[in-house]
Amino acid sequence: MPSEGKTLTIESRTEKLRLVREFIADAARNFGFDNESVHKIALAVDEACTNVIKHSYKFAADKEIEVAVHTRNGAFEVIIYDRGISFDPNAVHNPDMKEYLQHYRKGGLGMYLMRSLMDKIEYKSPAQNRNEMHLTKYLRSQKTN
Amino acid sequence: MSDFKIGIRETSNVNVIDLKGYLDAHTAPELEDAFQKLVAERKYKIIVNCKDLSYISSAGLGVFMAFIEDVRNNQGDIKLSNMSSKVFNVFDLLGFPLLYEITKTEAEAIGKFMSSKK
Repeated sequence: MPSEGKTLTIESRTEKLRLVREFIADAARNFGFDNESVHKIALAVDEACTNVIKHSYKFAADKEIEVAVHTRNGAFEVIIYDRGISFDPNAVHNPDMKEYLQHYRKGGLGMYLMRSLMDKIEYKSPAQNRNEMHLTKYLRSQKTN
Repeated sequence: MSDFKIGIRETSNVNVIDLKGYLDAHTAPELEDAFQKLVAERKYKIIVNCKDLSYISSAGLGVFMAFIEDVRNNQGDIKLSNMSSKVFNVFDLLGFPLLYEITKTEAEAIGKFMSSKK
């Protein structure tokens, strides 16, 4: 049975990222994740929110980002809602890090981190300018991941 | 209340940037300013001491990537020292140890600059 979700709504400003990390860390800790997993989840959510600010909202500071936590059956899911520009996550490929570093490339590491840190990522755009990034981590994976 | 603090100091002919707190998309521009200042003064031997760095996201990593090429083209380097395992794990996840020298102590990093003097 899914537990009640907790939600935090922030303005689309990078100074709010810390608040998001603390909110997520609290929820993850309460759910039973160890320190390492708590940090991974908070970092992944930070990256997702940063991408919304940069790409969905193009740094407009007067928009809203909603961060919701849903838990059920050992699954900790964070949904980041925004009303900005949609994007296609399948078009964002993980860079070959060796090549990336050799050629001093910049940018595009947020998605790579999200994919590495979480167990499941899903992006939905149920309507125009309504986007959802779903990030899930399973309690059972914390020893192996 | 400040989430992030940067200090710059010079020691043994090397410039050390001390980081304290959280390096994320909000505070990364301050690190960028610090690098820009050093590069403008043609100071290319840089150590970033991460002893008090409690968190880093890709925004912070991006700042290092933005300056490393220019610094190395000027016979300098950006070395990183005193990282916590939590912070190191993020660097490691992205393979950054392939590109950056990461030492346990600042003294080791200074030593590496000394031994590679041309």
